[in-house]
Amino acid sequence: MRKVLPGFGITLGFTLTYLSLIVLIPLSALLFKTMSFTWEQFEAAVTSARVVASYRLTFGASLLAALVNVVFGLLVAWVLVRYEFFGKKLIDALVDLPFALPTAVAGISLTALLASNGWVGQIFESWGIQLAFNPTGVVIALIFIGLPFVVRTVQPVLEDTEKELEEAAACLGATRWQTFARVILPAITPALLTGFALAFARAIGEYGSVIFIAGNMPMVSEITPLLIVSKLEQYDVPGATSIAVVMLAISFSLLLLINALQAWQRARSGSPA
Amino acid sequence: MSALIAPSARSRSPGGTQEPKWVRVCLIAVALAFIALFLVLPLAAVLTEALRNGVHAYREALREPDAVSAIRLTVITALIAVPLNLVFGVAAAWAIAKYEFHGKAFLTTLVDLPFSVSPVVAGLIYVLLFGAQGWFGPWLQAHDIKIIFAVPGIVLATVFVTFPFIARELIPLMQSQGNDEEQAAIVLGATGWQTFWHVTLPNIKWGLFYGVILCNARAMGEFGAVSVVSGHIRGQTNTMPLHVEILYNEYHSAAAFAVASLLALLALVTLAIKSVAEWRQGKILKALGELPPERAGVYAADALTLQPAG
Amino acid sequence: MSIEIRHIKKNFGDFKALDDVSLDIDSGELIALLGPSGCGKTTLLRIIAGLETADQGTIAFSGEDATHVHVRERRVGFVFQHYALFRHMTVFENVAFGLRVKPRGTRPDDAQIALKVHALLNLVQLDWLADRYPAQLSGGQRQRIALARALAVEPKVLLLDEPFGALDAKVRKELRRWLRRLHDELSVTTIFVTHDQEEALEVSDRVVVMNHGAVEQVGAPQQVWEAPATAFVYGFLGDVNQFKGQVSAGQMRIGSKKQQVFLPSPDYMQSDALPAVAYVRPYDFDVRRYSPDDEGIVAHLERAVVVGPIARMELRAPVEGGLAGAQLIEAQIPASLFHQEAFTEGETLVLAPRRARVFAGAAQAGFARP
Repeated sequence: MRKVLPGFGITLGFTLTYLSLIVLIPLSALLFKTMSFTWEQFEAAVTSARVVASYRLTFGASLLAALVNVVFGLLVAWVLVRYEFFGKKLIDALVDLPFALPTAVAGISLTALLASNGWVGQIFESWGIQLAFNPTGVVIALIFIGLPFVVRTVQPVLEDTEKELEEAAACLGATRWQTFARVILPAITPALLTGFALAFARAIGEYGSVIFIAGNMPMVSEITPLLIVSKLEQYDVPGATSIAVVMLAISFSLLLLINALQAWQRARSGSPA
Repeated sequence: MSALIAPSARSRSPGGTQEPKWVRVCLIAVALAFIALFLVLPLAAVLTEALRNGVHAYREALREPDAVSAIRLTVITALIAVPLNLVFGVAAAWAIAKYEFHGKAFLTTLVDLPFSVSPVVAGLIYVLLFGAQGWFGPWLQAHDIKIIFAVPGIVLATVFVTFPFIARELIPLMQSQGNDEEQAAIVLGATGWQTFWHVTLPNIKWGLFYGVILCNARAMGEFGAVSVVSGHIRGQTNTMPLHVEILYNEYHSAAAFAVASLLALLALVTLAIKSVAEWRQGKILKALGELPPERAGVYAADALTLQPAG
Repeated sequence: MSIEIRHIKKNFGDFKALDDVSLDIDSGELIALLGPSGCGKTTLLRIIAGLETADQGTIAFSGEDATHVHVRERRVGFVFQHYALFRHMTVFENVAFGLRVKPRGTRPDDAQIALKVHALLNLVQLDWLADRYPAQLSGGQRQRIALARALAVEPKVLLLDEPFGALDAKVRKELRRWLRRLHDELSVTTIFVTHDQEEALEVSDRVVVMNHGAVEQVGAPQQVWEAPATAFVYGFLGDVNQFKGQVSAGQMRIGSKKQQVFLPSPDYMQSDALPAVAYVRPYDFDVRRYSPDDEGIVAHLERAVVVGPIARMELRAPVEGGLAGAQLIEAQIPASLFHQEAFTEGETLVLAPRRARVFAGAAQAGFARP
């Protein structure tokens, strides 16, 4: 089919070439490498006790952090959309900080804050609670890096909800809470779930902000990406590759899930893009 | 990541759909406390820790040769990675936003893929390709070319990690602007390049600018992927984030935070530029709202060729 | 420049947008493509412009095949439905765009461009808006600027997609007359798409009525209005009542057994008990008080509204078996007659069609209300 706007062939061709060279071919190298292992090798690498413990930590902490972000992300988005207060523009801009701040910087900074001699850490220390160098620290770091995802997916949807719907609910006698639970919340559910999935996906792969604060004790506070790195440093390439394949499979499933959620959201709002 | 097309929050008049004042105050207070705890405090910590030993020590930490070479390598990496992803981003956005073709939805998913791949895995795949035991390892060794534990590997890992940023910023923006202006330009006799330069670009320039800035911030700050491929050779393959890690692990905390503070400033500048870009692009989009594009439904073509093949 | 359109077909997936459309447009004509939404009129316009490509068929400009000529080389002026003005350019720059993007050899210099742009802005009577941005203009002004921009490249054909669609009623009427005058001045071959029959009939030299991707009728406005070629055209142009019945030997019988009407249908002299539909315009009825031996359709007057010189009446004709499923009939008579006869709501009246058009067999299909 002939296109009116020129440049389709060259831009699509370049896109596909560049995508293949940078992303697809290197990723397929991972799969081919894995196929050269025997099933036993692969199974041993991805199901050893230390690796399983790292899955448990990575998934548990990511899930918990994403859930916290759903609650507080919705709250922040709500406050930013619905209310006027001093410094709102600044807060709005600041929400993206975890996107822009290098993860290593976030990592050492959170560690400095939460360690037993840090500003926040010493308060909790006096109550006998340790925040850093254990799974709690991992969760806190993952909350930090996942925060913008929920806010930025919910915010535009909240802005687009029709005021008329809420007014109609109020006219029909609904309380403010009923209106929220039955009218607003269902409307933003797809966006909330998308934000949750994005934050969760990001948290699972996160490395830089976590390794400083985690303490990295095997079986206790060692995340899966760190295991890949340490296996690589011990020249255990098959071990590292096997775990990486598992991670990649999970990332890809999450990506497909996120796409489905976004399609649902578009269908819900009835507008393209 | 398409925050730029979200209109800025519009104020709502109070009335039957407003919460009682105490609820509002509580919600705002909790939200602000959360932001303060999780965003403001870490940022403040970086700056105070950096200056813990005084301004002099701060300046010394940044002047030290290893720090200078880390800064240089970081800048070089960004100078290569960002333009590459810029060209890709514009090309991909043009192809995806302006045309309908089979597999478009799948292609968009693939463009997003690097977002969801762990940075560590991103580094690993290049080790598998170019490392000593990798596919091209023996050949590279025979020709004395170093990619892994050298600058090319760092650049490649950075390109991978920052791959989608500009494309992701532009695709929704260009889609929301429709094709009419471009079609009008072509009917009036403009070439493809003239159309892009005089008609498309002025409408997307602020989104593009923000995409570049964000891509740059991520390129300069990438840690996990670069860490896997760099080999941590001081003065040679250390980028700023890696340098921060080494200093921190060697208990040179103030020096580590001094370098980190530069990266934190970069992040703040990025956020500031984002706010400006968002505001400017918002104005362009508002103008778009007043001159609506052709309704998508007018041409059944749009709806019917959209069925994704993937 | 004349345009010859031959056997154009265009599908979007399973949807037949255009099904074997052929059309001849003479040089200097002003043509309206009229039809309901989805009838393919816009697609046809975009194919003429080169913005879409036909699956089959050819387009020729003045006898020269243009089917594969790129839109950039076709030298058409296209006015988009929502104008597609360049938002970041002033009115002046918008109009100048087509001149500025010409290849270096044929590009006029700045002075020539300024001269030409101001001449065009004068032509559309908006010279004083040259430095404004599109967002600062009213809908009617945008429309005229879009036209000026299209004319800047001296197109051989001017194509307008729903040119008045986005405007309010008053501006619409004004711009309609203005477009007609402009066309007479420039006498460039012009085609515009509309779904508004009044617009098409008032402005154009010839109307092309389209439905379901096919041309139903082509003709002068008067001709299309007076002698609709198909049931669809009859229904699409103006209000009409339909009566179902059978046609035998050139006579169609409608109404009840007691009170029936025969309508002459010379197209179907050979037919015998062929199912048919008769179309009667509301103003083509004689309305009389009921009398048992009068010939016509018996109906109760349900509502009557006098608007200006016309009395609009809604009547219901009971079918065998009572009022359930009774057919609603619209009739119009002069207000003076209505007052003179002093019809009241609830009265039983007789409607005698003065003029009717009968379509039987396959031709009765395709009826649609606008």
